[in-house]
Amino acid sequence: MSEVTQEQITALLCQRLANFTEIETEVSPETNLITHLAIDSVKLLNLVMEIEDQFDISVPLNTLVDVLTVQDLANLIYKIKSLSQ
Amino acid sequence: MSLLEKLDAAAAARKAQLPEGIGAFGIPIEESYSATEARIGKRRVLMLGTNNYLGLSFAPECREAAHQAIDQEGTGTTGSRMANGNYYGHRALEREFAEFYKYRECIVFTTGYQANLGTISGLVGAGDIVLIDGDAHASIYDGCILSGADIIRFRHNDPADLEKRLRRLGDRSRNTLIIIEGIYSMLGDQAPLAEIVQIKNTYQSTLLLDEAHSLGVLGETGQGLVEKTGMNDEIDFITGTFSKSLCGIGGFCVSNHPQLDQLRYVSHPYIFTASPSPATIASTRAALKLLQEGRLLRKCLWQNAHRLYSSLEKSGYRLGPQPGPIVAILLDNPRQALTLWNGLMEHDIYVNLVLPPAAPEGKSLVRCSINAAHTTEQIDQVCDVFSKLHPIVA
Repeated sequence: MSEVTQEQITALLCQRLANFTEIETEVSPETNLITHLAIDSVKLLNLVMEIEDQFDISVPLNTLVDVLTVQDLANLIYKIKSLSQ
Repeated sequence: MSLLEKLDAAAAARKAQLPEGIGAFGIPIEESYSATEARIGKRRVLMLGTNNYLGLSFAPECREAAHQAIDQEGTGTTGSRMANGNYYGHRALEREFAEFYKYRECIVFTTGYQANLGTISGLVGAGDIVLIDGDAHASIYDGCILSGADIIRFRHNDPADLEKRLRRLGDRSRNTLIIIEGIYSMLGDQAPLAEIVQIKNTYQSTLLLDEAHSLGVLGETGQGLVEKTGMNDEIDFITGTFSKSLCGIGGFCVSNHPQLDQLRYVSHPYIFTASPSPATIASTRAALKLLQEGRLLRKCLWQNAHRLYSSLEKSGYRLGPQPGPIVAILLDNPRQALTLWNGLMEHDIYVNLVLPPAAPEGKSLVRCSINAAHTTEQIDQVCDVFSKLHPIVA
């Protein structure tokens, strides 16, 4: 994947997360992954593997401790992606 | 939300999964009659949910050794290996495990959980990487978290996915510890060890194999998957537990790397825990001898496993990927799994119930563990009950 913007990452995550949860809700950057989408720990770990493949990066699980919202996750991916380029 | 309110929320979620009165988790065992039978409430049940793979929990040799150790050395060591808890038996068991695997070094830990916690957190630290199978046991995850290393998962039993993730790491692959299991505890499938070894050699990584569920079960002398696949010279570290085939409690790590010994001075789970009791060490030493000589037990175990697996398959159940001492029945949802579990209990058969998120990919499982001491009649009785109950899941 060529250079990608933070907005593109956020949009892609919103799209992916809508399919990942059983709750019918609109996913926005402010959406909380746990309290709004009810994504349990296993689903979150599987989502991370998909993200790694999508962006060809490594996202260590220990970097997820501060991730609460879709925006937090997008920021983390953008940071890792930028450092890897 | 306060600390206690968080616990209330967790309790409410648990109660929603399991209605009042159905205590599938932490069920009280009132009496153990043998390696295969126990009393739960007023029921005499057939135990198909233990990790007693070789059926050694009542072996006379182990009981006698434990009795003698209590008489001669007392009930507990009251201290860690680093202080006053480093007895002759602990060192002898380490020598015996090293000889069994023909490896240079061994460290004995107080539990199997701590064997992974202590080994992983001693081997890797901040700046290193652990690359773990997606279905790895909680003790592996917790060891990785304790270590401070970067934790990356690869898709379960998928060597190509492992290689892809190693390739992404570039030079950091040399500071990577890959962690896999011989037999995975939930679905009972075995790791593709030869392919994983090839990849770890290509990327100059280090490999840790957890033989918790495969010790005593696989290989001519029961070493585990390492022996079955002839990979003894290729594995950097092997961990395992005494609490399954060896019917005690404790854990070990063996290695040909002399540096393993240094873990005794850096691994907190080793340093800051009281050492195993003399009785535990003595019964484990006796059980290790029986395990090595246990070809016939392994034959019985595998006959039972194949008999149950093929019967359940014929009955139409969806099962884990391959026959083995762990036979997992895959259900559509927690309610269905609970109904099947309850039906089995009503027929005096105890199995394990596994609900999300404990099982891989959000699955709901009824998990059977086979035992070398189960008779053919007992296995057939279980098969008949499963066949009768199949309409529940059809």
